[in-house]
Amino acid sequence: MPIPPKLQSVLETLELVPERSDRIQFLISLAEGFHSPPPEVVAKPYPEEFRVPGCESEAFVFSRPRADGTLDFYFAVENPQGVSAMALAAILRESFTGANREDILSVPEDVIYQVFGKELSMGKSMGLMGMVQMAKMQARKGPH
Amino acid sequence: MAISELQSLEHTTSEALVSTEWLAEHLEDPNVRIVESDEDPLLYFVGHIPGAVEVDWTRDLNDQVRRDYLNRESFEALMRRHGIGNDTCVVFYGDRSNWWAAYALWVFSLFGHANTRILDGGRQKWIAEGRPLTSEEPNYEPTNYTAQPRDDKQDRAFRDEVLAHSDLHNKLIDVRSPQEFTGERLHMPEYPNEGALRGGHIPGALSVPWARAVNLETGEFRPLEELRQIYELEVGLGKGEDVIVYCRIGERSSHTWFVLKHLLGFGSVRNYDGSWTEWGNLVGVPIER
Repeated sequence: MPIPPKLQSVLETLELVPERSDRIQFLISLAEGFHSPPPEVVAKPYPEEFRVPGCESEAFVFSRPRADGTLDFYFAVENPQGVSAMALAAILRESFTGANREDILSVPEDVIYQVFGKELSMGKSMGLMGMVQMAKMQARKGPH
Repeated sequence: MAISELQSLEHTTSEALVSTEWLAEHLEDPNVRIVESDEDPLLYFVGHIPGAVEVDWTRDLNDQVRRDYLNRESFEALMRRHGIGNDTCVVFYGDRSNWWAAYALWVFSLFGHANTRILDGGRQKWIAEGRPLTSEEPNYEPTNYTAQPRDDKQDRAFRDEVLAHSDLHNKLIDVRSPQEFTGERLHMPEYPNEGALRGGHIPGALSVPWARAVNLETGEFRPLEELRQIYELEVGLGKGEDVIVYCRIGERSSHTWFVLKHLLGFGSVRNYDGSWTEWGNLVGVPIER
């Protein structure tokens, strides 16, 4: 099953960056492009039902419907030290917004290891996978 | 405090900690090497304390094939690469209330590098005070560091030792969440299952979650008097007792190991790094709920 083309493109780019330091700089540049949801989409305090369980970076995932049946995705990361979560949020927002829902559902949760490498703690892994899981859940159920 | 004074200090009091003020005054001290160890693999590269090197807990401290720590040769290579000499004072800091910093310090101790400190408050306090960060990675002249063979007896415990310790009713401290301790959960609150087949705790273990030792608002360790109140008066640990601490993989418990051994001055504290991911999967070992 295909995954969203923009996500595929990011993964292919990362494959071309075998050096850890270069990969990290690429991910940091993505994190720097992260933006919280605009207040007209969702206001603080964010509803707890959209909090990613187990994510120490305090991530939230929101989505809004588009006319074509796809979704606009928005991510919040409340912990300013949650740089990896911000990088993943930037990737998922760019990749999942406007993407075919079936393609989103085809994304495996462990895609985070393709993004960050396998040198992640269990806790960090679970938090990041939780972000993917929650976005997929919204793609499955419809907009929130 | 002069570095010569620092090197002579015993790690039995809060001298095992340095303050942000002290570290700010020693950023260019050639006898001090600052080491950042984080859970988030990007944090160091976003910005770190000037002059700090990164020690990654998976890549640098763990054997890359079997479940164990690096060997003597790898440790020497790590130290030489970062310009750390045998007498260098290594100051650890990191994210998550110095959780991973304590873990790195514990691994360093297995190789006999005793001149170690933790930056009280870690990354959180340094940033909160508006102190400088840089993304520039330092380059240090390699050293000829020589390590002692890894000593797994003094500060580390293995499953058979833990079983014997439990049978003798010696003190065991479980630093996981209360829900993990009771077996209600097999993993940290709100975290998915992390691989243990059984829940509960090692018989006789006392529940003292690691975060009780920390002021989570500042990231600092609690004052010594409060720590004594928790561990000695409330829990009833004696400084002369043989104590084993454990958690899930030995990372949270290294934080408590540091508190007991280096802040409160307990004489015999070992970290069971096999912890619940080993014990909860072992066939036939006793479990209490």
